[in-house]
Amino acid sequence: MSDIIRTDRPPEAAARKTGEFMPTLQLSTDHDLCPGCGEPLALRTVLESIVDLGMSQQCVGVIGIGCYTALTSIMDVDLIQALHGRAPSVATGSKRMRPETLIFTLQGDGDMANEGLQEVIHTAARGESVTCILLNNGVFGETGGHMTATTVIGQRTKNSLDGRDAAYHGHPIDMIGLLAPLGGTAYAARGSVHDAAGVAKTRRMVRRAFEAQLRGDGFSIVEILTMCPTGWFIPTEEGPDYLDTVMGEIHVTGEWKRDGQLLQQAADPPEAD
Amino acid sequence: MIESRGTVVIAAERCKGCELCIPACPPKVLRMSGERNAIGAEVPELLAGCTGCGACLLVCPDFCFEIYRFETPQTHPGAGAAS
Ligand SMILES: Cc1ncc(C[n+]2csc(CCOP(=O)(O)OP(=O)(O)O)c2C)c(N)n1
Ligand code: SF4
Ligand code: SF4
Ligand code: SF4
Ligand SMILES: [Mg+2]
Repeated sequence: MSDIIRTDRPPEAAARKTGEFMPTLQLSTDHDLCPGCGEPLALRTVLESIVDLGMSQQCVGVIGIGCYTALTSIMDVDLIQALHGRAPSVATGSKRMRPETLIFTLQGDGDMANEGLQEVIHTAARGESVTCILLNNGVFGETGGHMTATTVIGQRTKNSLDGRDAAYHGHPIDMIGLLAPLGGTAYAARGSVHDAAGVAKTRRMVRRAFEAQLRGDGFSIVEILTMCPTGWFIPTEEGPDYLDTVMGEIHVTGEWKRDGQLLQQAADPPEAD
Repeated sequence: MIESRGTVVIAAERCKGCELCIPACPPKVLRMSGERNAIGAEVPELLAGCTGCGACLLVCPDFCFEIYRFETPQTHPGAGAAS
């Protein structure tokens, strides 16, 4: 017989708490995103990075439209709701008026790569010191799981039921590959929340992007691959593996640009935080 | 004897039963319990041998885990995750 350990209350034996349920910049744990969704994991990396840098009181998030928009009700951060795809432009205006404030966007792939692709390209090319966070699940999650510009070849979505076919649907856009080479881009990286190490690495990327912004280096972007088991029509427990193998094979993770220098290939950030 | 260097509190009432925490646990001391909460989701349970590493906390989309490290590792007579 195996021991089941009580987990409904803190331990009785002397112990040190090393992990809180939720980040300090979260008001509640209560949200309506689906079981197994990757977006709340990405939210954690953003909120914790803001606290790490001591910017809790000097931070504005500009939010796109997608499932993650519902997370605004639990974020203890000043927020502006942008029109679909327009967050980078709203972030530009916010940063120019408040240059000391940490300004980030939170956008989905549908929001950034479909609805407002030109906004992010011009913001990057102008070298605006803002940080765009792209939550890429390869689908328009909130409106029912349809194909987006980042959906990979072979990926099943509501309007590519037999998998995305390049001849019929066209090719996916590699957002980091597109934005990293632009002269105004100081930092560009892609993380994935398919496992705990991926979440930890993603958090270091977000922090580095924020640091680049605070130094005034220019535009920074972190794309975060997130599970959408609902949009992909797969069981929740298969989400992380699907993300890593199907999406991660095309949207390769790692750092693509650091200190304005394009890296030869995606490199993992060092362990130090 | 199984040793637990750490432990977790699981907020089972808000668990959505996604099972992401199960493979994420390096010593494999989390498993689905067969018990369901008020929203009908099957919730995980903890066996002896937790290290307090916090991997479960990082992968849970519903913020169900709080992590503790014991001052002195706790020992349990049972077989832990191996059984
Ligand atoms: C101008 C405009 N067009 C369309 C919509 C409908 N709409 C709401 S959410 C959404 C999909 C967002 O997808 P994505 O940004 O990838 O976020 P996800 O839900 O996948 O997290 C769409 C198309 C809208 N709100 N506004
Ligand atoms: S539809 Fe997808 S992205 Fe939206 S909450 Fe559900 S799993 Fe998350
Ligand atoms: S803290 Fe680590 S060892 Fe303990 S249950 Fe969580 S993942 Fe498993
Ligand atoms: S990861 Fe969280 S929500 Fe999912 S089964 Fe484990 S405790 Fe429940
Ligand atoms: Mg999406």
